[in-house]
Amino acid sequence: MDLGHFFVIIIGAIFINNFVLTKFLGICPYIGVSRKLDSAIGMGFAVTFVMSVASAATWVLYTFLLNPKTNIFHGTDLTYLRTIAFIIIIASLVQFVEMVIQKTSPVLYNALGIYLPLITTNCAVLGVAVLNIDESFSFLESLVHGFSAGIGFTLALVLMAGLREKLDMADIPKPLRGIPIAFILASLMSLAFFGFSGLSLN
Amino acid sequence: MSIIREFTKGFYKENPVFRLALGLCPTLAVTSSIENGIGMGVAVISVLTCSNFVISLVRKVVPKKIRIPIFIVIIATFVTIVEMLMQAYKPELYKSLGLFVPLIVVNCIILGRAEAYASRNNVIYSIIDGLGMGIGFTLSLVIISSIREFFGNGTLYGYPVLPTSYKPVLILVMAPGAFLTLGYVLCFFNWLDMRFKNRN
Repeated sequence: MDLGHFFVIIIGAIFINNFVLTKFLGICPYIGVSRKLDSAIGMGFAVTFVMSVASAATWVLYTFLLNPKTNIFHGTDLTYLRTIAFIIIIASLVQFVEMVIQKTSPVLYNALGIYLPLITTNCAVLGVAVLNIDESFSFLESLVHGFSAGIGFTLALVLMAGLREKLDMADIPKPLRGIPIAFILASLMSLAFFGFSGLSLN
Repeated sequence: MSIIREFTKGFYKENPVFRLALGLCPTLAVTSSIENGIGMGVAVISVLTCSNFVISLVRKVVPKKIRIPIFIVIIATFVTIVEMLMQAYKPELYKSLGLFVPLIVVNCIILGRAEAYASRNNVIYSIIDGLGMGIGFTLSLVIISSIREFFGNGTLYGYPVLPTSYKPVLILVMAPGAFLTLGYVLCFFNWLDMRFKNRN
């Protein structure tokens, strides 16, 4: 067990390869749910939770059912079912999280509104699952990667929401209002995160 | 409604990227060159048309409560087919699009059209809608990627068009440039829309 290795994965997923700002995953909720700080935080944690659980679940599914080297069918290659199998797992997970939040915190449920079912179509979730497989991570590495990628997503979302709350007061030229200025902000933020790529952790 | 109007609405009036702000992840990620943009566009056109076709075929037998998972499975099937075809016939494109080929499944345009259009309209209209929206998406990818490739690399579709003395603005082909270009292009289309509205 090498702790330094996990440190590299965590810092890499949060800062160097931030899912939103350098990998362009999860842009829709990043622009859509970043108007209010409260809902941004709620959305961030919901996505982090789904990403961690989805990483674990898809890793187990891929290793024991799909991958011909390790599956229980003695070498039948089912890897072509990856996309379909992963999206089904993620869709059911999201449904489950939605039910749990509805029972435990109706306030949060109302605040997240239509964005909860949309976590299914959040590319960050499917993206992290596919990346775990492409990088041939172990189970624990996948879990850590999924969780820290979720934290990176939350970080970007919360930063953006804080900025956009301030932006409401600002006098912006009319055509730039709303989504365009959000993208220009994202560009500046991405430029700042670009600085992290100078870190070499190996 | 006329077929032509259904076909052309995706180009400008209901353009998925510029007007509806859908499918932004691939719009940002694959537009560093025109070739990638067109490749992604063609993949999305074929998935969108096929899924619209099948979904409008089964729209009357699908129970309302579980329609989303069913739509997603149908879409994922076509994405897998496109993924395999691309891997076999265009391995280089497949490599440079990378992660974003399986991620066509979660492109909001496709599920959005399934939910908003194909599950309510007949087969012919759904195919036309899929084609039109797909072409609209491809057009927006081409617009953004030409800007980024022209200024960021000095080329268009791989051919050098600017003199060698031109110093490319490298940042445009990297991540921050994607956000910046899309921001200003969206701003331009908002401005255009306002001009039209004022005139009428």
